Amino acid sequence: MKLKTTLMAALLAATTAGAGWADPVKVGMITTLSGGGAGLGIDVRDGFMLAVKQAGNPDLEVVIEDDQRKPDIAVQLADKMIQSEKVDVLTGIIFSNLAMAVIPAATAQGKFYLSPNAGPSALAGRGCHPNYFNVAWQNDNLHEAAGAYANEAGFKNTYILAPNYPAGQDALTGYKRFYEGALAGEFYTKLGQTDYAAEIAQIRASGADSVFFFLPGGMGISFLKQYAASGVDLPVVGPAFSFDQGILQAVGEAALGVKNTSQWNKDLDNPANVAFVESFQAEYGRLPSLYASQGFDTANLLLSAMAKADVSDTEAFRAALKEADFASTRGDFRFGPNNHPIQDIYVREVIQEGDVFTNKTLGVALEDRGDAYADECRM
Amino acid sequence: MSAILLIEQVLNGLQFGVMLFLMAAGLTLVFGVMGLINLAHGSLYMVGAFAAAAVAGATGSFVLGLAAALAAAAAAGALIEVTIIRRLYARDHLDQVLATFALILIFSEGTRWIFGSFPLFLEVPAALSGPVTLPFGIEYPAYRLAIIGIGLAIAAALFWLIAKTRIGVQIRAGEADREMIAALGVDIDRLYTLVFALGAALAGLAGALVGALQSVQVGMGEPVLILAFVVIVIGGIGSIKGAFVGALLLGLTDTLGRTLLPVAFGTVLEPSMATAVGSALASMAIYILMAGVLIFRPSGLFGQS
Repeated sequence: MKLKTTLMAALLAATTAGAGWADPVKVGMITTLSGGGAGLGIDVRDGFMLAVKQAGNPDLEVVIEDDQRKPDIAVQLADKMIQSEKVDVLTGIIFSNLAMAVIPAATAQGKFYLSPNAGPSALAGRGCHPNYFNVAWQNDNLHEAAGAYANEAGFKNTYILAPNYPAGQDALTGYKRFYEGALAGEFYTKLGQTDYAAEIAQIRASGADSVFFFLPGGMGISFLKQYAASGVDLPVVGPAFSFDQGILQAVGEAALGVKNTSQWNKDLDNPANVAFVESFQAEYGRLPSLYASQGFDTANLLLSAMAKADVSDTEAFRAALKEADFASTRGDFRFGPNNHPIQDIYVREVIQEGDVFTNKTLGVALEDRGDAYADECRM
Repeated sequence: MSAILLIEQVLNGLQFGVMLFLMAAGLTLVFGVMGLINLAHGSLYMVGAFAAAAVAGATGSFVLGLAAALAAAAAAGALIEVTIIRRLYARDHLDQVLATFALILIFSEGTRWIFGSFPLFLEVPAALSGPVTLPFGIEYPAYRLAIIGIGLAIAAALFWLIAKTRIGVQIRAGEADREMIAALGVDIDRLYTLVFALGAALAGLAGALVGALQSVQVGMGEPVLILAFVVIVIGGIGSIKGAFVGALLLGLTDTLGRTLLPVAFGTVLEPSMATAVGSALASMAIYILMAGVLIFRPSGLFGQS
C-alpha cells in the first residue's frame, strides 16, 4: 500500500514536471447557446475560442455549457463546473440576471470570473469582488455615451424608452446622467414586447426632437422596423446592442443612419483589431460582432495572465489579470479600481456596404470612461 | 391626450386584436373540435414567419412569401397531426401538454438548425411601406391598415365557413358529439387533419404578417401563444365568435392601457412615478381583464358551461 502511494506520487510529480512548471488552467464557459439570445452567446464563444486556437497554449482547457438563458440552469452548471469539473476560471454569461445568480457564489468559492458581457451595477459598486473582472463594460456605459453624444448633436428634447426591468431602468439612468436637455417623455415598455405602435404614436404626439431607446434583441428590431414604417423621422440614438452585426441584417434599411454607441467597431484601426476582424471572418465566414470582440478580448486577457503567473497562486494571478497586459481589439483598455474597464466609447453610424448592413465609427463619445459605481467599491 | 392620438391608438389596438384572432381561432378550433390543448401552436406561427422570410428573401415577393407561409404552416400542421397529435386525442390533457411542449422544443431547435441563431429579415412590401393619411389628418402605417383588413376578411370567411358550409356543419357536429358524426359516415380522421391544418395555416399567416413588423426569430411564437390562450379563456373555449370578441377586447385593453394608464396616473402622481406605476399596471391589464371576465362568466363570454 505504502509503496503504491509513493509510486503514484512519483508518477504524478513526473507528469506535472513534464508538462512544464505552470499548472494548466481549466475554464468553464457558461453561455447562452439556445433559445432567444443565442446569437450573443454564440458570438462570445466563437470570439473566445478563436483566441484560444490562435494561442495554441496546451495548458488551457475550456468546457462549454449552454445556460438556455435560465438563471436556475446557469446556477446548476456553475455548481457542476466548480465541484466536479474543478474549473479555475468561469466566464461566458451574457445576461445580467444570470450573472447575478452565478458570479457572487463563484467568486466566494475562490474562483475567478471574467465577464465577457454582463456588467450589472450591483457587482461594480458595493458588490465588487477582487476575483471578478469585467472585460466588456459596466451596464450603464454605452447609455451614458449616448447621452453625451445627444448633447453634442444638439438634442434638446429627447423621448427615452426602455423595458421595465433592472437593465432598462439602468439604461435610462445612464442616459440621463450625461444628457443635459429636457425630456419629451420617459416610457417603460413591457419586457419582451414586440409591438410598439402605441409608443410610436406617443413619440409623434410628444413634440420630441430625438429618440433614445434601449431595447435588446428582437425588441429593438421590431421597434426600428415599425418606427421606419410610421413616418416619424426624428433622429434615433441607442446603445450598440440594437445595432450590432448579428441583428442589423434583420432590421435592414430601417436602421440606416442611426447613431449608436459602442466600445468597439470592426473598423477601429489598431493592429489587434485588424488581425481579429480578418481571422474571425476567415474562421467563421461572417463579420464579427461586438460580442465576438468581447469574447476574444476575454480569452486574451486570460492568456496574458497565464503567461505571467500560476493560477494556483491566486494573489499573483489576480495581479496579472489586473494588469490587463494584452492587445485589446478596442484599443486602449485598462481596469479601474473595481476591476471594470476604463476605455473610450465611440459613436457609430449604421451604413450599408454592398448588401451588408454594418457600422462606421464617427468619433469618440466618452474618453477614458470608467463607471459611476467605482467609488462605492471597497476592496 | 388628443382625439387624433386616441383614434390612432384604437386602430393600433384593433390591429393587435385581429392578429391575436388569427392565432386564437386555430387554437380554439382545435380545442373545441378535438379537445386538444396544443402548446405547439406558437411554433406554427414561427414556421409561417420563417417560411415567409426565406421565400420573400429569395424571390423578392412578399405575396409569394405569404403563400409560402400558409403552405408551410399548413403542411407542418398536417404532418404533426398525422404523426403525433392523432395519438393524443384520447389521452388526458397533461399528456397533451407534455407532448406538444416537446414539439415546441423540436420546432425551435429544428428552425435554428436550418436558419441559424440570428434573426431573419422580412420587409414590409414596398407598396405598403409608408404611412397613409386618414380623415381628420391621422397618419397611420399602411401596412397595419392592411393587416386590419386581412384579419377582418379572414374572420368573415371563417364565420361563413363554420356557419354555411358542409365542412362547417361537420366541424360543429364534431364539437358536439364525435361518435355521432363518425356514425353518420364522416371520415373523422380526415376532418381532424383538415381542421388542424386550417388552424396551423391561420397561425402561419399571422406569423408572416407580423414577421414583417417585428423580428423573425426562434422562439417568437411563445409570447403570442400565451396571449392567444388568454383570448380563448376570455372568449369561451371552442367559440370562434368568442375568440373574435376576446381578441379585439384584449388588443384594445392592452394598447389603450399602455397609453392611457400612465397619463391617468400623471394627473395625480409626479411624472416618473406615474410612468413606473402606469407601465406596471398596463402590463397586467389583460390579466386583470381576464380575471374580471372569469368572475362574472366562469366559462368565458361565449362559452357553453
